[in-house]
Amino acid sequence: MQHVLELSHIRKSFGKELVLNDLSLSVQEHTATVLIGASGSGKSTLLRCINLLESIDDGQIFLDGVEISDPLINVDEVRRKLGMVFQSFNLFPHKTVLENITLAPMKVQSKSKEEAIESATKLLKRFDLADKADEYPDRLSGGQQQRVAIIRSLAINPRLLLLDEITSALDPVLVNEVLSIVRDLKSDGMTMVLATHEMGFATQVADEVCFLESGNILERGSAQEVLHSPKNPKTQEFLKRVHQAGRL
Amino acid sequence: MSERINSAWSPSSRELERARARKGISRRQALIAAVSSIIVIGTLLTIVVTSPGWEIVKKTFFDIGYGREVFPTVIAGLWINLQLTFIGGACIGVIALGLALMRTTKSPALTPFRFLATAYVDIFRGAPLILIILLVGFGVPALRLTGISSNVIFLGTVAVVLTYSAYVAEVIRSGILSIHPSQRAAARSLGLTSGQTMRYVVLPQAIRRVVPPLLNDFVSLLKDTGLVSILGVTDAVRAAQINASRTFNYTPYVVAAILFLLITIPMTRYTDRAIRQRTSAQNAEGAI
Repeated sequence: MQHVLELSHIRKSFGKELVLNDLSLSVQEHTATVLIGASGSGKSTLLRCINLLESIDDGQIFLDGVEISDPLINVDEVRRKLGMVFQSFNLFPHKTVLENITLAPMKVQSKSKEEAIESATKLLKRFDLADKADEYPDRLSGGQQQRVAIIRSLAINPRLLLLDEITSALDPVLVNEVLSIVRDLKSDGMTMVLATHEMGFATQVADEVCFLESGNILERGSAQEVLHSPKNPKTQEFLKRVHQAGRL
Repeated sequence: MSERINSAWSPSSRELERARARKGISRRQALIAAVSSIIVIGTLLTIVVTSPGWEIVKKTFFDIGYGREVFPTVIAGLWINLQLTFIGGACIGVIALGLALMRTTKSPALTPFRFLATAYVDIFRGAPLILIILLVGFGVPALRLTGISSNVIFLGTVAVVLTYSAYVAEVIRSGILSIHPSQRAAARSLGLTSGQTMRYVVLPQAIRRVVPPLLNDFVSLLKDTGLVSILGVTDAVRAAQINASRTFNYTPYVVAAILFLLITIPMTRYTDRAIRQRTSAQNAEGAI
């Protein structure tokens, strides 16, 4: 099977700090890859590198077999194939929910306004947000904002969805409404890479769990293997701390 | 979530007591404010009115009859100021936006323009407006270029536009820089180009954020159009000056000042309100 995404020997540093160190990873179509690890282990940086928001210092990134870490590649075209959802939502505050969602389809994919609105409305209906179409983001709850942000990234029909700790800014009650969307997408067969602190959720959706520590993947395998019977002592240590914090 | 207010509620005796106390406090504060205002304003008025030169000042600055007589010429001049302000303001908006975009661009092809825009802003923001007006007003006609008008109103407007474009460009640029990078990241990750990101995401938010300082500059612009009078444009200031130098009565200046204030005070009040609304809206926005 062809890999949707393939990372080989990625290295990235900010000044003297080495954030990603010789990291390799491949993602197959219709699978969810979950990145876990302490804050500062490089999860977010990895996602931003895949989306070309950060440049890498060494290594190669392939999307559907094409090297996207080539400096001559058109970054805008690459990003059209990738959806990204951020921890802090990053909705456009001066645009309504509907305008947030239709902006990229209209300007990037040159869809007509009617067409863009039609598919946006379909998505809003599907995720129970149809009545919020004309609201501005700051009138919505955090959970609703994050769901809109997910819909916005889905509107360009991405090949791969990158989710960067999308529930970390939400209170526990709102987390579930966001995660249920991700479960939906998973069952639709969307290919995803997500960084999360929600271990229970990771168990439910992950085809593969990767434990990151100081910029490298120390342990990988099925959720069962990594989360419930970790072999690496550092993974055990991390999960013990998560468990003590009551997040497993 | 909010429960309906219980209609059977009546204030407790403690609450009634507190309401009485609050009323007493505010009554005392109003009294103090009134007394202190009377003392301060009364003292100032007394000093002015009892000063040895007051009678002469009253005759030369506050001659109501003469004020009425010069009113039509001054207000005709003010019309020039207003035209200058609105035509100039439109030009300034366009040029300033261009300068701000040039200064914030990272495109390598535009590097020389970025450099030129920076030099432009440095020069015109740094030199006094009155010097620019004199240099443009007397320098450009001296070049004897064909096709360039030597009309003083035109040249005066050009000078004001040159200077104010630099100020306004910096205001817009500060607005652009104030938009959080995460907005840009979100737009770029959707596949928007950097130009589209600027046009649809960054600029609309930036301009909204700088509306209050822009209104401030607009008020200053109206006042500073009075400076083109040094080129001989018969604006409100010049009209007042002509009348005053003919009769040695300075009432026309006071008339001109009052007319300017009648326009600028409502404008500044409006600006203040815009700033207040902007601030409270931003607070409601929270993290953004």
